[in-house]
Amino acid sequence: MDIKILTEGDSSILVEFGREISPEINKKITATVQMMKEQHIEGVVDMIPAFCSLLINYDPRVISFEEIRERVMNIVKMDVKAGESRKRIFEIPVCYGGEYGPDIANIAEHAGLTEEEVIKIHSSRDYLIYMLGFLPGFTYLGGLDERIHTPRLANPRIKINAGSVGIGGSQTGIYPLDSPGGWQLMGMTPVKTYDPHREVPILVEAGDYIRFVPVDEDEYKRIKELVDRGEYQCVVHEGEV
Amino acid sequence: MGIRILKGGMLTTVQDLGRTGYQSQGFSVAGVMDVRSFKIANLLLDNPENEAVLEFTLIGPTLQFTSATIIAITGGDFQPTINGEPAPMYTALYMNKGDILKFSSARTGSRGYIAFSSYLDIPVVMGSRCTNMKSGIGGFKGRKLKADDYIGFRIKRRYLPFFLSRKLPPENFDQDEETLRVVMGPQDDRISRQGIDTFLNSEYTVTSDFDRMGCRLEGPFIAPKETSDIISDGIAFGAIQVPSHGKPIILLADRQTTGGYAKIATVASVDIPRLVQRKTDHKIRFRAITVLEAQKLYRKEVEELDEMRKIIHQPCKEVLDCRLVAKRLTKLFE
Repeated sequence: MDIKILTEGDSSILVEFGREISPEINKKITATVQMMKEQHIEGVVDMIPAFCSLLINYDPRVISFEEIRERVMNIVKMDVKAGESRKRIFEIPVCYGGEYGPDIANIAEHAGLTEEEVIKIHSSRDYLIYMLGFLPGFTYLGGLDERIHTPRLANPRIKINAGSVGIGGSQTGIYPLDSPGGWQLMGMTPVKTYDPHREVPILVEAGDYIRFVPVDEDEYKRIKELVDRGEYQCVVHEGEV
Repeated sequence: MGIRILKGGMLTTVQDLGRTGYQSQGFSVAGVMDVRSFKIANLLLDNPENEAVLEFTLIGPTLQFTSATIIAITGGDFQPTINGEPAPMYTALYMNKGDILKFSSARTGSRGYIAFSSYLDIPVVMGSRCTNMKSGIGGFKGRKLKADDYIGFRIKRRYLPFFLSRKLPPENFDQDEETLRVVMGPQDDRISRQGIDTFLNSEYTVTSDFDRMGCRLEGPFIAPKETSDIISDGIAFGAIQVPSHGKPIILLADRQTTGGYAKIATVASVDIPRLVQRKTDHKIRFRAITVLEAQKLYRKEVEELDEMRKIIHQPCKEVLDCRLVAKRLTKLFE
């Protein structure tokens, strides 16, 4: 891996792990973020992991460019073995179709499949969270099955409700808050992936996985009630990668 | 006990140095645009460096004080008045209960700051009191201030030693032209040699697309090598994106955490205040410096602020707010 440390002004460095999107590169970034947190370099203010880079904000009063470049280079040079990074899979219950997913017919028609097949394909694999960005808690997920790639709506909606699950081109994801958007909506989750009033406002981190689990309307309503009372605990599977 | 907003002005928000630590989850940092004016406002009152202030833009607010406190106003010249009388900026000022502090539109600069010795009673959300308008969190109900909003104070602090020495020369935001020093990168290799020459040797104009999120410039086309689209990555305060249309966009306090356009350079931290105090149609030029030079300038500014701290702590005749004196005297005779 050809890793470069670039300047982004006097208070940030950009660690570039490559210029392509791949699970390997992303894994390396996740491992680097973990190492950075463990080593706790004084002067590091914040980190933004992305598809194939890591932006590190630092305070030049505390640590100089040369120092941080060297410290970070040492960390990225370390060969973090796959087994050392943990894997978390978050189960996200989704009520597919009907009023919950008004565009599922579009997706099925575009794919030449039935709605049931679309649901089965969408919920049958775990999606790697490459990064969060755009909105608080908005996840960029990798690995959507090519069969259900669907172009965005020609006319974006002015408001998409928080919890909507959709497909936009080769991407799938969950809207963390009410927002305009052009994705094809296929379902709705009662789980709040973003809740500013919760102790942990955002459930997931880059490097985690999301598994969509189909639920019927009754189950959706039951979970929603628990969520509204603050009693719902997301099912999380933990293990080695 | 606090302040009541009589007029909100154009865009008045509660800000501090921003909400860091949550960018990896998609939260913008937000925080003040002009860090230097912000720091000087707090410094004049011996406030903690990161104490929340009010930031206002182009047209200032009108406030009424419902209790006595001490304030300092910095930034662009919004011609402040207290009960109709002109009030000095960059000076610690006693405010009494009922006083009305009014600003007009910015004569110079475009952003102003008010610090309060009694600290604004704004809840800390995720480590900061700053307003993130896009997410609707922090500050006053996650939004800009408007008439009839009321913000209380956290403490009573109506006495500061060396009061008469607490004044500094106002900063000058008069220039219509400004040369900003920049550190090249991280994606200047995506821009053609000619494009980089254009960027460093042309005059750019601030457009009306200039808000807390970013500042779009108009001027000569900066040619990319092939495409200026990159795989989205993190964005720093002051980063200069060049999308395919070849016109630079400088990303500011409310910037999105990640973006997909090549960044040709980043404005040196010490020059960002000069940029954010510009107005539409002002001219900007860029000059490249090394990251080491930029960090040296940054440290020099820290020293300069330390120097200011000494200037405002000169022994001088003590003055006390007359109400406070009256109160203390009453106590003596009780």
